[in-house]
Amino acid sequence: MNQNTSKISQNYPSFLPRDRSWQPAQYTPGYKTSVARSPRQAFVSLQRASASERSGPTFNGLEIGKFDNDLLMNFRTDGTQAGLPIGERIIMHGRIIDQFGKPVPNTLVEMWQANAGGRYRHKKDSYLAPLDPNFGGVGRCITDADGYYHFRTVRPGPYPWPNGINTWRPAHIHVSVMGPSISTRLITQMYFEGDPLIPLCPIVQVLKDPEAVETMIARLDMSMSKPMDCLAYRFDVVVRGALQTYFEE
Amino acid sequence: MYNQYKLQYETGVLRETASQTAGPFVHIGLALEIAGFESRSDEIWQDLAKENAEGEHIELVGSVYDGNGDLVHDALIEVWQADSHGNYIADFDNKKPFSGFGRSACAMDGDFYFKTIKPGQVQFDGKLMAPHVNIAIFARGINLHLQTRAYFDDEQVANENCPILNSVPSPVRRKTLVAVKEEGDAKPRYRFNIYLQGEGETVFFDF
Repeated sequence: MNQNTSKISQNYPSFLPRDRSWQPAQYTPGYKTSVARSPRQAFVSLQRASASERSGPTFNGLEIGKFDNDLLMNFRTDGTQAGLPIGERIIMHGRIIDQFGKPVPNTLVEMWQANAGGRYRHKKDSYLAPLDPNFGGVGRCITDADGYYHFRTVRPGPYPWPNGINTWRPAHIHVSVMGPSISTRLITQMYFEGDPLIPLCPIVQVLKDPEAVETMIARLDMSMSKPMDCLAYRFDVVVRGALQTYFEE
Repeated sequence: MYNQYKLQYETGVLRETASQTAGPFVHIGLALEIAGFESRSDEIWQDLAKENAEGEHIELVGSVYDGNGDLVHDALIEVWQADSHGNYIADFDNKKPFSGFGRSACAMDGDFYFKTIKPGQVQFDGKLMAPHVNIAIFARGINLHLQTRAYFDDEQVANENCPILNSVPSPVRRKTLVAVKEEGDAKPRYRFNIYLQGEGETVFFDF
């Protein structure tokens, strides 16, 4: 077994604990699917995280395509000769920072969404709104040295889903962030400022604190909008803070 | 006007952005093949080890079950593991023989599937943790991804001495963290079924 033992002593940061009273509970009966999919036993809390939890992957070796962050361009069925997706053209941009306000550079940001009519390009989505032949709905990019990312896309439409009777999802974009470690891994949804469907949504309502909901709402950002072209929305994501180790045991 | 930044009262640091379910269509973003998309130039997927990767080549498979005993078909699984020497190699690169990070989905027959190598032992607090794969589970109905570990049933001595496995208060529940060796086609195959709720509920970690 000895040859299979780590000889490298690596220094990984530790992270501020995740506040599970701020984050949604697992069992949230208003969101019905959570009822049978939520653990009933208590989580086992690791009093000290090991290298397993403190480390994580980096993606500089992942080949990112030229249009991977441009959803107006990356699903044009006939290449550049084809039309553009239907819908309100937007730039979605922002910064990934940690809880201390420190930028998170070189991290993978992924997103996916429905089209302007509220329909997902997925085998299992059967909503009657049509697919858009020029829209896929997936993007990815790596944050720059200051933690910034940006996508170009169309604003997704709201859509109905079977939870209560007549429940609708507010317009949203799913956002996935890796951060520096598997401890900072986070998937959230970005909502749009002013959308009256936000407070009605059972998935939004899994959060007890209205301030927690506001962390997911993108703001209209006229400073980044392009005249005669597209509007911009700013969406920053805060991941768990990396702690400096001042004193070694 | 909304402000995304909130302060945590006790510490003065920013609040972590709230989590939301990855939803039933997570595949569009993170498992394109399952959603019916063509692959892009490069994807993060379920083959962590190429033929020339160093170490014992294995398969890690499993299903996810809900509290009714039904299969969770829309679960997305992420794994993070050490190489055969017990080192975490951060650089994800499909051109290399081995990457420590991968994704799979339960979509078709309910099984997730990884082709990988058995990880080496990683040090912790002057002790050795038994070989294990770190697992995150995302699905519709899961508001914040669940975190667990898959150990191996043919590493009995290492498992008995693993400080993390021993920190699980219930010895009975520790067994939920151990993948069971099956007859594989060519390589050893380990099955790690995940029970979200109820009898045999998998141990999930907070860290």
